[in-house]
Amino acid sequence: MKELVVSKIKEGTVIDHITAGRALLVLRILGISEKTKDTILIAMNVPSQKMGRKDIVKVEGKFLSTEELNKIALISPNATINLIKDYEIVKKFKVTLPPVVEGLIICPNRMCISNSQREPIRSIFYVSFDKDVVARCHYCGKKIRDIAEQIR
Amino acid sequence: MKNLISIEDLSKAEILKILDKAEEFEDVALGKRKLRILEGKILANLFFEPSTRTRMSFEAAMKRLGGDVINLTAQEASSIAKGETLADTIKVVSKYCDAIVIRHPLIGAARFAAEHSDVPIINAGDGAGQHPTQTLLDLYTIRKECGKLSGISIALVGDLRYSRTVHSLIKALNLFDAEIYLVSPPTLSLPEEILDEVPNTKIADLSEVITAVDVLYVTRIQRERFPDEEEYKKVANSYKITPDLLINAKDTLIILHPLPRVNEIDTAVDKTKHARYFEQAFYGVPVRMAILTEVIK
Repeated sequence: MKELVVSKIKEGTVIDHITAGRALLVLRILGISEKTKDTILIAMNVPSQKMGRKDIVKVEGKFLSTEELNKIALISPNATINLIKDYEIVKKFKVTLPPVVEGLIICPNRMCISNSQREPIRSIFYVSFDKDVVARCHYCGKKIRDIAEQIR
Repeated sequence: MKNLISIEDLSKAEILKILDKAEEFEDVALGKRKLRILEGKILANLFFEPSTRTRMSFEAAMKRLGGDVINLTAQEASSIAKGETLADTIKVVSKYCDAIVIRHPLIGAARFAAEHSDVPIINAGDGAGQHPTQTLLDLYTIRKECGKLSGISIALVGDLRYSRTVHSLIKALNLFDAEIYLVSPPTLSLPEEILDEVPNTKIADLSEVITAVDVLYVTRIQRERFPDEEEYKKVANSYKITPDLLINAKDTLIILHPLPRVNEIDTAVDKTKHARYFEQAFYGVPVRMAILTEVIK
């Protein structure tokens, strides 16, 4: 298999083993928009022995918090994190599902108070694993399995 | 009890405590005995959706216990019409009273209100979500009229998708080992989230199940919950309980309905030995008296 070359970063966060096609969603989860001044490297549909295809995101010069990074597990439970200093991995871990996620998931129930534009309210979802990742709305109880579709 | 948002906030023991307390209040609810245990306390009724029984029975319950009631009913007459948020309304009203009863069209509104209130919140219906005080009076009615609460067989009929009374009741029935039959048009079946929590239910046909159950719990197909009028029309008259349909029912069958009814129970049924929905509406007063004394300390 021909190796795809993705530049190494000197310092920052590498998110590897992202479910293929979800790198842009990972950026959204991390709050990285088109207005960012950070150097971001994105590789999509990279051949992978373990996953067939995978995505990779590298954020140069930034160490994202574990709490922030764990939200990636909602849409890519096998993602791994490498924190890099001087081109060396100083910490490596697999993302783990956060028990509660605030302000990230939009409740698909249009009659849920969390969708009210007038109220000072942030969505709250309780996350669990039952064959799949399942998130349950704190306000209306709606359960969602296709979380990627509901990311703000 | 700090708030009553969902029936799941209560354990089986807490439910039974409220029902026992309600029993003690029945003669007070009938005006045969006077009580002043909530004298000097104020209840605020905040109804953002129409209500007759729930609002008036809370008001009657509070007054029978010697308390006072303030009301917000006409949305257009209050600050809400000027664009005030629910959060601000709750923050303000909670300064005027000792507890708030809220009904709102959005699911989760009562839980959200509790997050902004200085005083206890009682959910009197949040859209198609929950209606825990109705459930408590439904349980009270079943215990009173069937002589028992555990192990009853019950058919829930009509709109199981949008009916908040059904959503609350079915969770409580599960605590009392009820045999639960679900009778609804396919488009109005119980939401998956609730079915997951109450797995021991059976989908049934009305004519078959009517001969077997102790309780027939009928609900209105609620036009106001349908996003599409055409969808409503397709199922609007799916069920109608008539005296003929009850010929082979158990002698002891009772028929309940949270009311208001439209045409799902023929008025001729009112005179049969099975009808209990008006008694059920009365039991709302002693049950809500019991809830108020638990919430307002």
